[in-house]
Amino acid sequence: MTSILKKTLLAAAVALTASGAQAATELTVYTALEADQLKSYAKAFESTNPDVKIRWVRDSTGIITARLLAEKENPQADAILGVAATSLLVLKKQDMLQPYKPVGVEALSGQFVDKDETPSWVGMDAWVASICYNRIEAEKHGLPMPTSWKDLTKPVYQGHVVMPNPNSSGTGYLDVASWLQTFGEDQGWAFMDDLHQNIDRYTHSGSKPCKMAASGETPIGISFAYRGAKLINKGAPIDLGFPSEGLGWDMEAAAIVNGTDKLEAAQKLMDWAVTREANALYNDNYAVVAMPGVAKPVPNYPTDIAERMIDNDFEWAAVNRARILKEWQQRYDGKSEAKK
Amino acid sequence: MSATLTFARKRGLDTETWLQRLIVAAGVLFLLIALLMPLTTMLVKSLQNTAGEFIGLSNFVAYFSNAALTQSILNSLNIAIWTTVIVVSTAFVFAYALTRSGMVGKKGFRILTMLPLFAPSLLPALSMIYLFGNQGILKDWLPVDSIYGPVGIVMGLSFWAFPHALMILITAFSNSDARLYEAAKSMKTPPWRVFLTVTLPSVRYGLINTIFVIFTLTITDFGVAKVIGGQYNVLATDIYKQVVGQQNFQMGAVVSVILLLPALVSFIVERRVQRHQSAQLSSRAVPLQPQKSPLRDALLALFCTLVCGFLLLVVGMAVYASFITFWPYNMELSLNNYRFDMMDGGGWASYFNSLQMSAWTAVIGTAVIFLVAYMSEKIKPMPTARKLLQLLAMLPMAVPGIVLGLAYIFFFNHPQNPFNAIYGTMAILVLNTLVHFYTVCHLTAVTSLKQIDGEFEAVSASLKVPFYTTLRRVTLPLALPSVLDISVYLFVNAMTTVSAVVFLYSADTTLASVAVLHMDEAGDIAPAAAMAVLLMLTSLAAKTLHWLISHQILQRTQRWRQC
Repeated sequence: MTSILKKTLLAAAVALTASGAQAATELTVYTALEADQLKSYAKAFESTNPDVKIRWVRDSTGIITARLLAEKENPQADAILGVAATSLLVLKKQDMLQPYKPVGVEALSGQFVDKDETPSWVGMDAWVASICYNRIEAEKHGLPMPTSWKDLTKPVYQGHVVMPNPNSSGTGYLDVASWLQTFGEDQGWAFMDDLHQNIDRYTHSGSKPCKMAASGETPIGISFAYRGAKLINKGAPIDLGFPSEGLGWDMEAAAIVNGTDKLEAAQKLMDWAVTREANALYNDNYAVVAMPGVAKPVPNYPTDIAERMIDNDFEWAAVNRARILKEWQQRYDGKSEAKK
Repeated sequence: MSATLTFARKRGLDTETWLQRLIVAAGVLFLLIALLMPLTTMLVKSLQNTAGEFIGLSNFVAYFSNAALTQSILNSLNIAIWTTVIVVSTAFVFAYALTRSGMVGKKGFRILTMLPLFAPSLLPALSMIYLFGNQGILKDWLPVDSIYGPVGIVMGLSFWAFPHALMILITAFSNSDARLYEAAKSMKTPPWRVFLTVTLPSVRYGLINTIFVIFTLTITDFGVAKVIGGQYNVLATDIYKQVVGQQNFQMGAVVSVILLLPALVSFIVERRVQRHQSAQLSSRAVPLQPQKSPLRDALLALFCTLVCGFLLLVVGMAVYASFITFWPYNMELSLNNYRFDMMDGGGWASYFNSLQMSAWTAVIGTAVIFLVAYMSEKIKPMPTARKLLQLLAMLPMAVPGIVLGLAYIFFFNHPQNPFNAIYGTMAILVLNTLVHFYTVCHLTAVTSLKQIDGEFEAVSASLKVPFYTTLRRVTLPLALPSVLDISVYLFVNAMTTVSAVVFLYSADTTLASVAVLHMDEAGDIAPAAAMAVLLMLTSLAAKTLHWLISHQILQRTQRWRQC
């Protein structure tokens, strides 16, 4: 035991000297960004802010949100980057965000910024629901490309659809929230009851259904456009489908955690998040970004994706989040063998 | 002059006794803090609400009124029973073939069956996807619709649990008395009757023991069910879902208590059986020499080939898949899946963290466990404390990894805990892993210490040689093979374990085994397989190194055994 104690002290000493040598503030940032985006974002930020070093804590949106809420009394995060705006609205209502007006926030389009005088959060980009459809597997099973969400409830698709679990995945939640808004509450749940009959599996992350479609584990994955476009570039035999009723979407957003003792560094991150340079970086991955005029077309994305997005009521999605997730869980989670 | 000498000696002895007492006390304190107190905290948490107020059994009532959650109890039992039946019967025949037949190639078979011990339990699950998944190469062989669910879990677990069952059964079959068989032969007893009346009774304790060990291993497993379980929930994955997915720690504690029950029951049964077993073989027993019997041996060899073929297939599939560029559409070989830095789970840093964590666990763990075992076996003072020490040392075997991990959150993350500082560091991972695998190491150490004659200590004491000198110059060199066994056992298990550490890593101490899990969660199955393969190769390398070293040392220091 003494050796463990010694080891701890040693590790602490090493950590201290290491950070001392660099003299950089270590900023703990909770994020739901995709793992393949983290490096480039951190690099871009740290090159303009060499005195701050980002320490990422990454998980799926639902997990990160639950974790932030659980740590409310004793926050571990200094800032949040790339977490769904609906989640940040929930945190804002619990007084867990530190309002701050980033330098240059005026340049962003209005709907991407919290409406308060001093905004509690700023948006970065929009990520949009879409269907990943594996041509080869679909042909084997004789499945046409679904053109609407309602199509997916047809018996032909039984056992061939995978979607993310909204409790862990932000993409899963934006799907559920958009269906409830588009179809209305009753119709929305009825639609999901029917869809549930066809679902093979609910996955932990929003990327996984598309990755499964790309590798032929499932013919159809309900996922988001970024992941699909990436996988097409990698050579996956998938097409992206954009259902006619409209596409659910959410904003990736950034905020400062109330109570952080690294406020200054966190503010630097917020200032960076609204720059043109950062927006250009978001555009590598997403077609719709917060700063108007920055976005260039993204390969394999439809050019008219902005028109296909539903008129999303974030306030509603945030206020009802806990209720919807509970209801969803009672209806569909834990029921083994969904397709039988 | 002589008076001063006696005085000096007496004082020397006193400090020595004090030192012994101190170490025993430290050992007890260590296990209390690192094992018993965290578990107690968890029990208390299961009776509290989120605000920390005592609410009696309300959490349990809530649990049992949720059909989706209680279904997992049945699912877990289902999985455990099926796996136990398959694994124990296969291992039974296999062990019989290795010990009682005249089959050739026994050594080769024995080595191949060790393979699963070096793989994280996630590896067979990932392999199942490539073998029997919707794009699996053997998909058509699968008798059921989908590998995602109970069938996949049972197959993955069977792979992983097999060597554990085999080890116990080989020992059981080795304790045979040839005189009984000779008697049966002279009475012209038919072979099937000999099997029922001689063979089976002689291994019955080993068999019961195996059944309970495998049952415990499989009912508490987390990794396989997580990867291949699909929508089929089991208790261990429920704990993970409650804690990580919903941050509902109280419900996690409730499920943990429920998962602790079957493990505790089988633990108690196993202890009882153990007590009976020792008296079974008399000192006059004559070891059985396996006889050749061409037909039987050929059949058994075929059986063993099939089993080893399955083990190799599972391992080989994971290795092969990890080099495939883009399964199943681009089957070119490449190292793309080994670029972990673009994936979830912390990238290559996780691998090096795992190496570091395993090395620390091996070094510190071996020292701590051996010293505690030595104190409980070889010294005289504080008999009650030593009894307690022995009891506590057996307990970790009954505690599922995921339960121990959750207990550590409750205990060490408490702001008032003086050990709070180790939370989120490498130290807590080392401590947790050490305790998780404590029992087997303790038993190994105790067994080898029992083999060393107690006279050494007695003679040393009468010659006034302090105990630590005897320990250093006599006991430790004699017990060196088992010390090395313990260290490599700890290293391999620290590399491959997922269940206990999945709650305890932080952003700076991500681990490779957990990275496998996260990559699978994100849908990156091939990189997950690649990392699992890397872990297996590292463990195999450690084992090879261990073999080389112990071979060398055995030749130098253990020559006395050959005399």
